[in-house]
Amino acid sequence: MRFGCGLSPEIPPPVTLSDMLASLTAPDQAATDFPIERYETYLIRISEFAKLSAEFSRARGTPKAKDALDARKRRRRETANDALGWFGNVLMRRTWSEHPFRERLTGFWADHFTTAGKAAALRSAVSPYVESAIRPLIAGHFEDLLISAVTHPLMVTYLDQDRSFGPNSAFAATTDQTRGLNENLGREILELHTLGVGGPYTQDDVRQLATLLTGVTADRKGRASFRPRLAEPGPEVILGQEYGGDPATLDHVHEALRGLANHPATAQHLCRKLAIHFVSDTPADGLITAMEEAYLDTGGLLLDVYSAMLSHPAAWHAEAGNIKRPVDFIGSSLRALALPPAVITRMRPQNLRGSFQLPMQLMGHRWEMPNGPDGLPEEDSAWLSPQGLAARLQWALTIPGRLIQELPDPRDFVETALGPRATARVRFAADAAETKSDGVGLVLASPAFQRA
Amino acid sequence: MPAPPINRRRFLLNSAVLGCSAAASPLLTPISFMSAPWDNRLVVIILRGAMDGLGVVQPYGDPDYAALGREAPNPAMDLDGFFAMNTALQPLMPMWRNGELGFVHAVSTPYRDKRSHFDGQDLLEAGSARIGDKTSDGWLNRLLQQFPDLSTETAYAIGRQEMIVLNGAAPVTRWTPESDLTMSPQAMKLAQLVMQDDPAFDQALRQAFALAETDGDSIAFEGTLREMGKEMRNDMTAAMKKGAGTRIAQFAAERLAKEARIASFSINGWDTHDNQTRELAGALGQLSDALIALKEGLGPAWSKTTVLAMTEFGRTARMNGTGGTDHGTAGAMLFAGGAVRGGRVLTNWPGLEESALYARRDLLPTRDVRAYAGWAMRGLFGVQSSTLERVIFPGLDLEGDPGLLL
Repeated sequence: MRFGCGLSPEIPPPVTLSDMLASLTAPDQAATDFPIERYETYLIRISEFAKLSAEFSRARGTPKAKDALDARKRRRRETANDALGWFGNVLMRRTWSEHPFRERLTGFWADHFTTAGKAAALRSAVSPYVESAIRPLIAGHFEDLLISAVTHPLMVTYLDQDRSFGPNSAFAATTDQTRGLNENLGREILELHTLGVGGPYTQDDVRQLATLLTGVTADRKGRASFRPRLAEPGPEVILGQEYGGDPATLDHVHEALRGLANHPATAQHLCRKLAIHFVSDTPADGLITAMEEAYLDTGGLLLDVYSAMLSHPAAWHAEAGNIKRPVDFIGSSLRALALPPAVITRMRPQNLRGSFQLPMQLMGHRWEMPNGPDGLPEEDSAWLSPQGLAARLQWALTIPGRLIQELPDPRDFVETALGPRATARVRFAADAAETKSDGVGLVLASPAFQRA
Repeated sequence: MPAPPINRRRFLLNSAVLGCSAAASPLLTPISFMSAPWDNRLVVIILRGAMDGLGVVQPYGDPDYAALGREAPNPAMDLDGFFAMNTALQPLMPMWRNGELGFVHAVSTPYRDKRSHFDGQDLLEAGSARIGDKTSDGWLNRLLQQFPDLSTETAYAIGRQEMIVLNGAAPVTRWTPESDLTMSPQAMKLAQLVMQDDPAFDQALRQAFALAETDGDSIAFEGTLREMGKEMRNDMTAAMKKGAGTRIAQFAAERLAKEARIASFSINGWDTHDNQTRELAGALGQLSDALIALKEGLGPAWSKTTVLAMTEFGRTARMNGTGGTDHGTAGAMLFAGGAVRGGRVLTNWPGLEESALYARRDLLPTRDVRAYAGWAMRGLFGVQSSTLERVIFPGLDLEGDPGLLL
């Protein structure tokens, strides 16, 4: 329950540790069963959108302008609706996956590398980014995941890297000299993605990394690109290590990212964050040390870091676990209810919004619309507010009964959903409820269910 | 974990005795209504994302201003011949003229150099001197801790965002006006029962029920699932609409007009790396809507109210390469309310020539922004200087009284 998506009446939980780990390298059945568009396919939408925008620009001031504008709006709405379908499949993967640890890890790393689409054409691109740039890499070396995420066009545009260039670059010579370097991506790589805010870096390191990153950009069609014309000449020194030199290449950037990925402060930051996310807000020091050792011994092989976490006794402490995040709460509710996929695939987009995304927003998580690149809070206190709990309770009492004609008998559902965690109070409530939907809702709202 | 045995018949009998009005249940009255020992009100607005002080209160009279690549001031927004207010704050001009609005410039928390939003906000809300001293509680909560026996109703943290500034041992109410609860009276009682398995859930639910009962419509609802779902969606769509910030300010004003004395909420959208003119106008529009909603909603209590709007740090003096500004150091704080002596920009102005800038890039902080909040609390609530300097803002030197209040 702590490392998966909760209990299911249909799918037995993994028996051994090696089963759990093997599931991460097994074929990704859930992705096949519940597809989410890959970023490579999403690129077609970006091109189409650019074409419609160009048509609108040409038609401006003519009688055709309104039609052109409507066509663009329609295309944008279609994409937004498709994105709601992908979100439905995120929930279905959690409901039906035989490898639920993969779903949780995908969620963790998608949040670690939080991004969002700023331009209209990119606004629904987050799930495709996660599908292409995050999910396939969660069991490999961290350096590959890091390079994949931070040089991705969506991240590059989200953190303004596409607008940055070297003050002495070839491009700078041809343009307005007041423009130039933007530190945003460089800063977040050090602060959020690798070393962590307590890490051993200075403002100079931020500046040097930002300078090294010049040349990394994205083109208008949403593709990654490296343009040497934007790059600042000369080498850069980051954490005392020299990188780059002329001519500037993307390899220099990758080399620096690998250096950062393998820094002990990165190992410490990532292992602590994983332990806090999966095990407890106050994880045992021994657990983190074991994970760090695995990280440093293997050059950041994440599969081995997970293995160190899962095989440490502190990971299986008997105390109440972390409070589930909204998507974990809803996903595990649907898993306990074994919600048939057809219910989701047949739902109208506005119903997916009303039944899941709006309630999640009241629980504190605006799906794929982050407040900032630091993603979601880890502390339980951020989720267990009166309004957060009110939203969870209201969702549990209302939505399952609207999704499923024949709800299970609440007295059985206590055992299905909670297994050994069922308490006397929850059993009593399931029995005393006036309706099935109240009974099921009270089980889902119970603390035993809401903690991982 | 063994739980006490529950007798179904007694539970139901109890419910029957209490009747249908679940609001009358003793389970539902966790709040004691002890009024605060003062009548003054303090509202703290956290401006998340680092507000560009130089873009909001523009020092156009500084001889080096013109070289920063920043926009020329709007003559209609001139404040005092040296500073001008950003055009987007036009709706607040009457407040300024009335002496109900003022600014403090070239101030910052003690946070330096790393320029991280998240650390900067943590430090601003913790009120401590260094990141290493980061405590898990916030300075507004430590203010409350000076007054034992305050009711939960005295202080409100409003909105979906966690307000660290009010975290801590003193009881605080957290609520967002768009949260609503509708369920049968029986489900209400059973929900309270299951939450007793976990003290943190138990407490959160007690607060949720108490708040949902007081924010307009009652919880108890005898309708079909479909009707309940509709109610829930209506509340949520209201929250999505523009002006949700105004709704938060209205809710704050409504509570402050009654038993609440302290409220805190956030306004986001200040991280203007790009196309600053447009982005800043959006955030300033929200800020001015919120201040106007507070004034309107507070009515006569506005005269006893002080509003402080603070941000984690300022931004670079010069514009960056993309029509925006990057993370900097000193910035501005806004103060407003019927209790303040406004119509002034308080500052020990450091100048804008390159050698006067912090690290040759940011406005130089000439005073700790916590000193202004400290003096406000001293004036409003009679907190002693030593308590302010040691407990509420550890490591602060209050220095001279800036005369923020009337």
